[in-house]
Amino acid sequence: MKEAAAGEEASMNHPAASCGVSEGNSVFICAASRGECNPKEILKPFDCALADSDLFPLTARTVSVLQINLGKVCNQVCKHCHVDAGPDKTETMSAATVDLCIKALKNSFVPTVDITGGAPEMHPEYRRLVTECVAEGRSVKTRTNLTILGENGYEDLPGFWAARAVEVVTSLPYYQKETVDRLRGPGVFEASVEALKRLNSAGYGVLERLPLNLVYNPCGAYLPPSQKSVEADFRRELKKRYGISFTNLFTLTNMPLGRFLSFLTASGNLKMYIERLRSSYNPAAAFNVMCRETVSVGWDGSLYDCDFNQSIGLKCAFGSPDHIRDFSVERLGRRRIVTAEHCYGCTAGAGSSCTGTVA
Amino acid sequence: METYYNPEDLSKFASIGEGAPELWKKFSAWYGAVFAEGTLTEREKALIALAVAHAVQCPYCIDAYTRTCLEKGSNREQMTEAVHVAAAIKGGAALVHGVQMKNSAEKIGI
Repeated sequence: MKEAAAGEEASMNHPAASCGVSEGNSVFICAASRGECNPKEILKPFDCALADSDLFPLTARTVSVLQINLGKVCNQVCKHCHVDAGPDKTETMSAATVDLCIKALKNSFVPTVDITGGAPEMHPEYRRLVTECVAEGRSVKTRTNLTILGENGYEDLPGFWAARAVEVVTSLPYYQKETVDRLRGPGVFEASVEALKRLNSAGYGVLERLPLNLVYNPCGAYLPPSQKSVEADFRRELKKRYGISFTNLFTLTNMPLGRFLSFLTASGNLKMYIERLRSSYNPAAAFNVMCRETVSVGWDGSLYDCDFNQSIGLKCAFGSPDHIRDFSVERLGRRRIVTAEHCYGCTAGAGSSCTGTVA
Repeated sequence: METYYNPEDLSKFASIGEGAPELWKKFSAWYGAVFAEGTLTEREKALIALAVAHAVQCPYCIDAYTRTCLEKGSNREQMTEAVHVAAAIKGGAALVHGVQMKNSAEKIGI
């Protein structure tokens, strides 16, 4: 019952406790007596938490990662997907917008390009985008659901990536079949294991220049375990059971968005989960949130502070560019970040980002 | 429906400190220290707590430590084995008293 005690204490200390609560719409008005907040600005609870950590308003430090989301088309339908991706989706980046992304990279120096989706490999311009980014000298990481590597026309991808030293980041919520198939669909675990073996054969997770990083997310309404401990579990069990090696494992907190939000609502876990995220707010994680160094491009070229804001249509705002055609590291690198309730997902506990914990 | 056990009461646990704040403070500090990483890992301690929660049949503790075990990285197989440990001790404790039954029967029998 330590958890309950800690949660209660945290809830009593929570900044929202000193704010006026507007029932039903989750809007809090910061008390003028607190001094840190502009009494004319209506603050959300997360902004009050930031203010108590001297981080309000949250601003970018630079743009070191351009994350490009090629669209919602995917060969899988995962229960936790915040993008709501699937085979029947039509939202996909046009070739002209891919060109704008490449142009933006040529005109500015952003060291890392992070390509995601959906299943980005299914996009017709995917290989051109990867090749151009590598030719520009950028470090490229690609996010893969693994099962796509077993589909016709995608079997050669490990070789394609290896030839360009692309970093591969894969989703694998657990090392047991039952858990993975429950979350990601029947047969996904076995297909994922086969894909990981093929990636190992291509040198991924074996050679230092070919990193193979796994992403773990909890299979339910709870926070991820310590990254270090669960990485050790995965390393031991994947090697023992399947002979699979990998480089690093990143833990990711499930965001109360998309299909995971639907699950939370339908299962009656929403209130508890949101409170869990709120009461686990960690200022050190907030200081290092990934949006401070990342810009996310949506399939239509719109710019977002992160992939999560993208999934609910919260574009970059406060006067910063909000479309790839206007991309500017100088302006985006000091932009004010758009925050919302789900931001607690990145600041809970040890924090959560596309590269794992941050605190 | 009115019930003796209300899940929402779990989050009110700290309110028990209102009657004896100093004792609650000491309990909280000791409780936190017990579950901190030591010779045993936090994960191992959470599994022990889950087993004990079943042995003492505390529904609040079962809810709390199911989540804690998952958040410490245990899986359902490991948690189920922990519950079996509790059940085995409880069952064994009942069965071993059968020796007392035998002694008693022996004593009053001819």
